[in-house]
Amino acid sequence: MTILYFAWLKDRMGKSEEQIALPEGVATLGDLITHLQAGNPQFEAIFSGDAKVLAAVNQDMATPETPVSNADEVAFFPPMTGG
Amino acid sequence: MIRVCEDAFDAAAEISAFTSRAPQSGAIVTFLGQVRGQGPEGDIKAMTLEHYPGMTERALEKIEDEARRRWPLDEVTIIHRHGKLTPGDPIVFVATASPHRLAAYEANEFLVDWLKTKAPFWKKEEGGFGEKWVAAKSDDDEAAARWD
Repeated sequence: MTILYFAWLKDRMGKSEEQIALPEGVATLGDLITHLQAGNPQFEAIFSGDAKVLAAVNQDMATPETPVSNADEVAFFPPMTGG
Repeated sequence: MIRVCEDAFDAAAEISAFTSRAPQSGAIVTFLGQVRGQGPEGDIKAMTLEHYPGMTERALEKIEDEARRRWPLDEVTIIHRHGKLTPGDPIVFVATASPHRLAAYEANEFLVDWLKTKAPFWKKEEGGFGEKWVAAKSDDDEAAARWD
């Protein structure tokens, strides 16, 4: 699975991209977030803080219920500031 | 028509090209967004726009599709830059063409409101204050929510 980080998340994580092997039992975006929080202090700090974090799975906006699989691309980012 | 690019565009040339693609339309409305030299933190020296290649183009296509679903539009163009820009640089251009002006105006406003909240770009401002990621504004969320 490819995980992408954008904007200040990329700065705080120290990377824009990483590859992970999705463990057994991680079936949704919510499961993935819990798994990443447990394994990474920077990720945990971001997700337990006040700032709003959004996610996309395969370039579509996602919710904690969105299913994920090992072949997917998941991106984490703050609310968008385009235009 | 969607264009996501790093290069500058010439708004006058884009208006001319757009108009020539919609010779039958009674109304053409255009919007140009430029980098401001002043922000809440002080003078802005530069603004960097990060984007999500792939998702950005798809999101803009969906936004155009939604506008075409809601209003009778003959032509739509959205151009949005990414990369490092300086004050006065063009960032975004939105043009709408329709038989009559109400649809052209409303669709254009809708497109810009949605671009500000649903297009995967993130702005970072650089000035005397250092560098700061711009926070999403509730005003923009409220403007976009008007169209829900």
